[in-house]
Amino acid sequence: MLNDAFALAGPEIILGAGALVLLVLGAFLGRGPVFSLAAVAVLAAAAVDAVMGPMGRAFSGGLVADPISTFAKVAIYAASAVAIPLGDAWMVKRGTARFEFPVLVVLAALGMGMMASAGDLISLYIGIELHSLALYILAAFQRDDAKSSEAGLKYFVLGALSSGLLLYGASLIYGFAGSTRFEVIAQVVQAHAGAGVLFGLVFLICGLAFKVSAAPFHMWTPDVYEGAPTPIVGFFAGAPKIAAMVLLARVLTEGFGGAIEQWRQVLSLIALASVAVGAFAGLAQKNLKRLWAYSSIANIGYALVGLAAGGQAGVQSMLMFMVLYTIDVTGFFACLAALNRDGKPMETMDDMAGLMKQRPGLALAMTAFSLSALGLPPFSGFFAKFYVFKAAIGAGGYMPAVAVAALVGSVVAAFYYLRLIKVMWLDEAPGATEAPAGGARVVAYSAALFALPVVLVALKGLDLLSLAAAAGLGLH
Amino acid sequence: MTIGLGHYLGLAAILFTIGVFGIFVNRKNVIVILMSIELILLAVNINLVSFSVFLHDVVGQIYAMFVLTVAAAEAAVGLAILVTFFRNRGDIAVDDASMMKG
Repeated sequence: MLNDAFALAGPEIILGAGALVLLVLGAFLGRGPVFSLAAVAVLAAAAVDAVMGPMGRAFSGGLVADPISTFAKVAIYAASAVAIPLGDAWMVKRGTARFEFPVLVVLAALGMGMMASAGDLISLYIGIELHSLALYILAAFQRDDAKSSEAGLKYFVLGALSSGLLLYGASLIYGFAGSTRFEVIAQVVQAHAGAGVLFGLVFLICGLAFKVSAAPFHMWTPDVYEGAPTPIVGFFAGAPKIAAMVLLARVLTEGFGGAIEQWRQVLSLIALASVAVGAFAGLAQKNLKRLWAYSSIANIGYALVGLAAGGQAGVQSMLMFMVLYTIDVTGFFACLAALNRDGKPMETMDDMAGLMKQRPGLALAMTAFSLSALGLPPFSGFFAKFYVFKAAIGAGGYMPAVAVAALVGSVVAAFYYLRLIKVMWLDEAPGATEAPAGGARVVAYSAALFALPVVLVALKGLDLLSLAAAAGLGLH
Repeated sequence: MTIGLGHYLGLAAILFTIGVFGIFVNRKNVIVILMSIELILLAVNINLVSFSVFLHDVVGQIYAMFVLTVAAAEAAVGLAILVTFFRNRGDIAVDDASMMKG
């Protein structure tokens, strides 16, 4: 019985033990390429264990291993594994590399995996805090840099507030439903969704909306993205959001499936607000990290439209969207991390002028990511949006109208993506760029290759995998 | 007058509101924000423990233990970040945390 439970928690145990061993090794031996490789190996082992391990529920339903958690975990661990060499190379160049970095990424991955597997309100909270605490530290990792520590502080204060909101909601749900387990909550909600439970649910959704940086809870995002180290921002924008979206999907469908009419309204509002804020506020941005912060706010809006559609198609579209978007955003920030001029990182729109002549490879990759984020066919972002809109239209009711409104937002956002491309392709460069680091270039090029040709082949497989994952959520 | 569940929930709601306002209204220093965060978590704990007592269910108290533990870890991380911020700025006024705007 207990052995079964431990077998189910395999990925978590591997990551937890791995992080502790790495911490001790790092303290005695210091960091190096082998150390980072070991952290990547721990993540890979956890991913393999997640795929090969048994399915089921353990620890009184607190931990769930099912197709959707496996799908999310593989994506999360892969995104974390990419972040380690990327961040390491960037920090070695600046002389600020520390052995804590890979350990923190592994701990964050552990928390995110727990979020994807949470079966009750307690493991939900522990997972969220485990990954948040690691991310606060990562944001402030350049500790001699005033911007980085300001970013860490802002992220901490608003993240702690969001955890508080979420926890207050969780306590109300526990009190009025009489249990912390999603299955029991589902029975209570099915019989009668009282005001207390729904009040708690609204708080819970608000807390999670903070974590995925959906409007109107997005105010931390631009500041944190601008201040935090560039490769770490690429990590922030991908894996944690997959984890939080999967967690949201699980809470809403497994716990509150009976109250879909109520939460669909809340999610649709949040989604449309995010798309609008992302599109319009992005227009005024000069710094590319801020610009992509707004872009990520808008993109989370689309993922939320998919989730609001509900049902198997809705969850599947959300999963597809998040995976394709994560590859896109990781690639874009890898490009930004690779680019330097006169020893300074190139972060503003003006810095990108003439990039096409100087670094054609990276400029092409950034063009691909921009077009993909814009949702232009045949780039990966188009298929992501296609799934979301298909799910929304299939859901009926007012969901098609929501989808159309979101589409208008993406037309507005097209302006800033196209402006970036125009600046890179047509403007004159103010000076020579330094040769980019090898690691970041590999990540950027492979993500760019995925964004266009590879996605056409991979789409079929992703479609099947995400469909199986969504079906496993026990939906109708 | 007997003290019922409603009174406890009312107290927790008041503490929670004070905590949230403490974060948004406070313009002086970051330590006060950390205190407000603790206040929010304590409000949640009062909720959890009183529900636990009135439901005759021990899970709420276990939850409260987890919250206490995490609150301690959170305060440690928050203060550590605050120290790096102070070293870079020499001040912890909230108004100073405004290098990035727009």
